[in-house]
Amino acid sequence: MSEMTFEPLMVEPAGVPRGRAMVERADWAARAYAKYDIATVNRIVDAAASALATRAQEFARDAVSETGFGVVEHKVLKNIACSTGIVETYRGQDFVSPEIDEVNKIVAIPRPAGVILALTPSTNPVATVSFKIILALMTRNSIIISPHPMAKKVCVAAAKAMSEAAVAAGAPDGIIQIVEDPSIPLINALMTDERTDVVVATGGTPVVRSAYRSGNPAIGVGPGNVPVLVDATADLAKTAARIIESKSFDNSILCTNESVVIAEEAIADKLLSAFAREGAYVLKDEERDAVRNTVFPEGHFNTKMVGKDAVWIAEKAGIKVPAKTKVLVAPFDLVVPEEPLAHEKLCPVLGFVRVPTATRGIDIARAVLRITGAGHSAAIHSANPELIMMFSAAVPVLRVSVNVGNSLGASGIQTNLAPTMTIGTGFAGRSSVGENLQPKHLINYTRLAYNADAREVMPSYAGLNPWSSPTGPVPSYPVASNEENYGFGSTSIRREPITQDVAELRDEIRKLIVEELHALIKN
Amino acid sequence: MTQENTAAPEFDYGLFSYDSKEQMLEKSKEFWNPGKTQFWIDSGVPLVIDRREEYFIYDMSGKRLIDAHLNGGTYNLGHRNPEVVQAVTMAMQHFDIGNHHFPSLARTALAEALIKTAPAGLSKVIYGSGGGEAIDIALKTARHATQKRKIVSIIKAYHGHTGLAVGTGDDRFSKLFLSDRPEEFPHVPFNDLEAMEDALRDRDVAAVIMETIPATYGFPLPNPGYLEAVKKLCEKYDALYIADEVQTGLMRTGELWGITKHGITPDILVTGKGISGGLYPIAAVLATEKAAGWLNEDGFGHISTFGGAELGCIAALKTLEVCSREETRSMVHYIADYVGQRLAAIQATYPDWFVGIRQNGVILGLEFAHPQGAKYVMRHLYENGVWAIFSTLDPRVLQYKPGILLKPEVAEEMLDRTELAIGKAYAEIRNERSA
Repeated sequence: MSEMTFEPLMVEPAGVPRGRAMVERADWAARAYAKYDIATVNRIVDAAASALATRAQEFARDAVSETGFGVVEHKVLKNIACSTGIVETYRGQDFVSPEIDEVNKIVAIPRPAGVILALTPSTNPVATVSFKIILALMTRNSIIISPHPMAKKVCVAAAKAMSEAAVAAGAPDGIIQIVEDPSIPLINALMTDERTDVVVATGGTPVVRSAYRSGNPAIGVGPGNVPVLVDATADLAKTAARIIESKSFDNSILCTNESVVIAEEAIADKLLSAFAREGAYVLKDEERDAVRNTVFPEGHFNTKMVGKDAVWIAEKAGIKVPAKTKVLVAPFDLVVPEEPLAHEKLCPVLGFVRVPTATRGIDIARAVLRITGAGHSAAIHSANPELIMMFSAAVPVLRVSVNVGNSLGASGIQTNLAPTMTIGTGFAGRSSVGENLQPKHLINYTRLAYNADAREVMPSYAGLNPWSSPTGPVPSYPVASNEENYGFGSTSIRREPITQDVAELRDEIRKLIVEELHALIKN
Repeated sequence: MTQENTAAPEFDYGLFSYDSKEQMLEKSKEFWNPGKTQFWIDSGVPLVIDRREEYFIYDMSGKRLIDAHLNGGTYNLGHRNPEVVQAVTMAMQHFDIGNHHFPSLARTALAEALIKTAPAGLSKVIYGSGGGEAIDIALKTARHATQKRKIVSIIKAYHGHTGLAVGTGDDRFSKLFLSDRPEEFPHVPFNDLEAMEDALRDRDVAAVIMETIPATYGFPLPNPGYLEAVKKLCEKYDALYIADEVQTGLMRTGELWGITKHGITPDILVTGKGISGGLYPIAAVLATEKAAGWLNEDGFGHISTFGGAELGCIAALKTLEVCSREETRSMVHYIADYVGQRLAAIQATYPDWFVGIRQNGVILGLEFAHPQGAKYVMRHLYENGVWAIFSTLDPRVLQYKPGILLKPEVAEEMLDRTELAIGKAYAEIRNERSA
């Protein structure tokens, strides 16, 4: 050892310069991709989605083992829903070609954002990575993913699989990139880089707030804390089945999983019995206190509980529950900030509060959302449209799941909302987007508009398309200009023709999605 | 201007200052190099580079130029690349030039990094302080390994101006200093395999030295298969193949070393210019175990106080890392594609004037239909905010060498300016002809 120690000057943390290089590369890729036509875009989207879907099982397993939370089979479902499922949802929609409005004499030309920086969470790692990649590819954006450090290995593997498939199908080189070793300084550098066109942040409040502070356009989505009102008109058997299935989905790590059930006193006991029949364990007062102390020691959430199953949590709390217990129901009296069970729990512990009337339940739902989750989602189980309307108007959320589990209801998988892994929380949730994130949020339109004077005629734009299909790899490999295959697109692309096998595989995947969704809905 | 002499000089650089650009040019002629100073004034390019950053250089007048010359790739990564600046600044807290007699921390680290990224087979690194010295080292190494003296190079070659290197190049630079030695340094025409074989046939040649693309000659491209055949001839006649990668290395062709695009493993590879990061002079020779035998026989055989200066090694290590990145390679492919497409479009506008594009990656030679054509274009480029230089040994051809980290918007601007300049140069030539 030398006596002198080597004291580096102020140094940028490792990885930051490399991150800037990624943005620069993404910029080139985005410029190239913004000129692609719809046929090529569709081919690229299909290829990337299939690359993820065919390995959905492997990625689900790896995600659970890397993060230590969630349920493999539920993650398989989400992985498929967020790859080929999303593609099927938007099949036939076109975010590329100009749209002609002859009546108003306006032609709208889609214009991609450019470089998307996507921050993805640990709770939903692969599904969110896939979801954002598919949306980026559909809208001809390039994307850089910064995965949650807890899930980086599986996210890198998934993004690379999709990237390779996309490029093989003709996408520009570097259209999908992923940070292999995320760190706060690196994410900060990427978020504030002026070449980043939009930040799409899914994650905790600090991540989302810093995305908005970055100075770049940002779409951030906040946390949920889902209140569920059950009134006396609800079909209790169905309601209980739906809530327990939804609450236990992926061990309750989604922001859409139910947080607190608010039951009208008249049916509260019956509902608890129905919960028990569906595999929930209703905690007695002293058991509830033990669970509260385990999940929220000294009032603070214990992150070790995230995505663990109900039996594991009960064991940690020193409670014996049946081996197949899916959810721990924790009754308590008052929804106030100092009651930990009224907060978001990210594990299969379900708060339960009784109210004398359904109207009073609306106030309690508002109280749940005062703690956290404004702008996100709520659920109601009722046959009374008047109450449902009152509830929806009064509770500050942007989606209300009606007679359906909220975890797959709010995310559009069991409802007809846009299927998403990214729930826009709107103004109430301090976000710029109030809908479920979907392709249209990642493009603008250039609108060419003619003189409104009826005497000025807009000529036909039918068949005019500024976009084209690349004739070779993008960019072309730099061979010397005196060699035969010099030039632009003179080399033929390695583009796999859609063979019988691939077509069959695709059909198979489609069937699989439909079946799995049916199975879920039946439950 | 104030009447008092106490006014601060307009151009104050701390340790020195100038009252005006005119004064600076006068002093340049008086104390430095009158020939060179006057040449640029006469050429209509009175450039005195002041501020510099990224791919921009600023004349003392404040005029901004996009640098598409980059001194043969010296500024490959842009001027004062922040990553290299940071690495060198940081290193100065611990290192200096070092002592070449002893095993060295930084020299060893760089050598390892170079060998790990070099074509397979190259296994030892010898340092010089600049490209010329490195070429001398390469030639001496070849002579030692083969125990032969002759070095074959191509006519109009350029490998530097030091003792041996100057012999491989054009007479212009050797005769001036009575340093031409034709008997030891035969020159053969480029792209002529027969002439090459004739030169090698007597088995008295130590090495053939080739720039992968001859820069100063205006980047004439080797015919497909030419370099590969020269390498085979070297093997046949027991000569070593020295790849001068000073200008073609460091990702400029879209691969780290241009020679690998030909599938050639040279016996010796020389790198300089860009490897310095444009911040601290350094050059290196990479040799196979077989070629580098003198390192075992007499490790003190070539002594260079500044060769492989440790601060230079740090600059080179960072530069090599940046050049080797996957992202950098991708960007070079994008830049090459874009620049090639735009130039092809410009060529289509002026087919009788802009008669050829020689391109390999971001190494380009633009040919014009006039014996001094590139000098006209150079001047118009200068006037329109781009700096690119004519080829000394073929002034029809403009050397056009964009940076490997060029941003798309700067590339677009550079081509807009280039298109205008090419058109204006054409108009000037036509006016001269019709006058």
